[in-house]
Amino acid sequence: MTIDKETVAKIAGLARIKVPEADQAVLAEELSNIMGWIEQLSEVDTDGVTPMTSVVEAVAPKRKDQVTDGGYPDRVIANAPDAVDGFYTVPKVVE
Amino acid sequence: MALTNLTIAEARDELTKGDISAVDLAEAHIEALDTTRALNCFITETAEQALIHAKASDARRAHGETGLVEGIPIGMKDLFCTEGILTTAASHILDGFTPPYESTVSQNLLAAGAVVLGKTNLDEFAMGSSNETSYYGPVVNPWQRAGDEGTKLVPGGSSGGSASAVAARAVMAATGTDTGGSIRQPASFCGIVGMKPTYGRCSRWGVIAFASSLDQAGPLTRTVRDSAIMLGAMAGYDAKDSTSVDIAVPDYEAAITGDIKGMKIGIPSEYRLDGMPDEIETLWSQGITWLKDAGAEIVDISLPHTKYALPAYYIVAPAEASSNLARYDGVRYGLRVEGDNLQEMYENTRAEGFGKEVQRRIMIGAYVLSAGYYDAYYLQAQKVRTRIAEDFKQAWERVDLVLTPTAPSAAFAAGEKPADPIAMYLNDIFTVPASMAGLPGISVPAGLSDEGLPLGLQLIAKPFDEETLFRGAGVLEEAAGFDAKPGLAVG
Repeated sequence: MTIDKETVAKIAGLARIKVPEADQAVLAEELSNIMGWIEQLSEVDTDGVTPMTSVVEAVAPKRKDQVTDGGYPDRVIANAPDAVDGFYTVPKVVE
Repeated sequence: MALTNLTIAEARDELTKGDISAVDLAEAHIEALDTTRALNCFITETAEQALIHAKASDARRAHGETGLVEGIPIGMKDLFCTEGILTTAASHILDGFTPPYESTVSQNLLAAGAVVLGKTNLDEFAMGSSNETSYYGPVVNPWQRAGDEGTKLVPGGSSGGSASAVAARAVMAATGTDTGGSIRQPASFCGIVGMKPTYGRCSRWGVIAFASSLDQAGPLTRTVRDSAIMLGAMAGYDAKDSTSVDIAVPDYEAAITGDIKGMKIGIPSEYRLDGMPDEIETLWSQGITWLKDAGAEIVDISLPHTKYALPAYYIVAPAEASSNLARYDGVRYGLRVEGDNLQEMYENTRAEGFGKEVQRRIMIGAYVLSAGYYDAYYLQAQKVRTRIAEDFKQAWERVDLVLTPTAPSAAFAAGEKPADPIAMYLNDIFTVPASMAGLPGISVPAGLSDEGLPLGLQLIAKPFDEETLFRGAGVLEEAAGFDAKPGLAVG
């Protein structure tokens, strides 16, 4: 599988990572090499094989659907780079 | 003997007899932090707090209260969230992040009396096998090639700071996390014992997530017995991690009986690679002989899907990482780089905050999960993962443990590996299969390479059979009699 510059730009957009155009070609080559190496997985006969979703044979525990933690907004936002009056802030998203 | 050379078990005995105090131990190791600072093992040192904790430990002991690792100085991989102490995952994007909570594993260790000397360096977000991707600079291995003291060697990764600190005698033990080999491979490179428990044995709560279906915490120590002691303190069910398993934590130390008579040890033919260095092959054969001489039965086995474990891992792990690392958005914690709009702020923050390898893996993850590719890549990788687990399941019908080399080489020099990421990924070729199957594995230092560098052998066990793993590892350790010490260690 070859990943071209356009695909790199698309993936970078999906991943929300700014990739300058000058770096796209190098990244395209690196990712193509990695994906090319991964391609060998198609050799494995997986007809009728159940995809693994849990590596340990365990039943997921259940608990009551109730609040068990919280009530300290100051501690929650203490690490925010730009909190204002108990809120997270983001650049303006509505005109 | 210098206090920094004691094992946990030895220190425990001396503390019990009252010959030394936790404060004595803390002070000796705080001095060792100074001596070994050039290795760059720590991102944050917490010497002051360690002394306070050591005093409190001595006070508890005076009242007859002692935990499993009471008064023992340890390092904490900087992937475990620690309340009120900077936690970075060795990434720029977590600049200044001070968790308001304590991870379950670090809390368990504190409750068991551990004295934490600091947060150890690692590959950024635990993605790497050489500890060269840390935003806080590379870690140096205390081992040096014979006759070549100028060349700095990598400690392996991602738990490189932990491994180097333990080998250099800056701490008695350290925590690590292992996603594809991040405890076992650095242990092999640094000549110490590194143990990854069964997935679900230790809580992942409060451990900064890389690949959630693979991540597992475990100890790095200088002996197998110390590994058993540390795991006993770290492990246990945690309601806050729904994948932690609710079964009793046995007395791991008691499992080290030295008796493996009649135990069946599997030797997987697929781990014999073309172009594998002779010294690795020789060490493996030596390990087989040691276990045989101790009364074990050697059984040739086949794990046919071994070669597909690494490429499957490089779909599963990046896919999970791309989801887990979506949370670093410049809004809630860490670095924020402004932009003209929200999308730009995200993109600028993540471009500046994540290093190259992390960006690469996030993008591979985003790619294999994207529309049109999901079935071909992610679903196929999950099916291959089932195949790998089935291989081991069949093996367990015939054997109790599997013996392999830990890594395909000894420690290499910083910057020595080619720029090709795949060359670096191949470091984990022997450790990834057990990770993909969720199995416990341990690396035991077993010998020295031609260049005088440590080499490890790996044992793999059935799910939740850490006791048999420790029993086998104890015999391997005894037979190997590894007592070489790195040139840059304390004392």
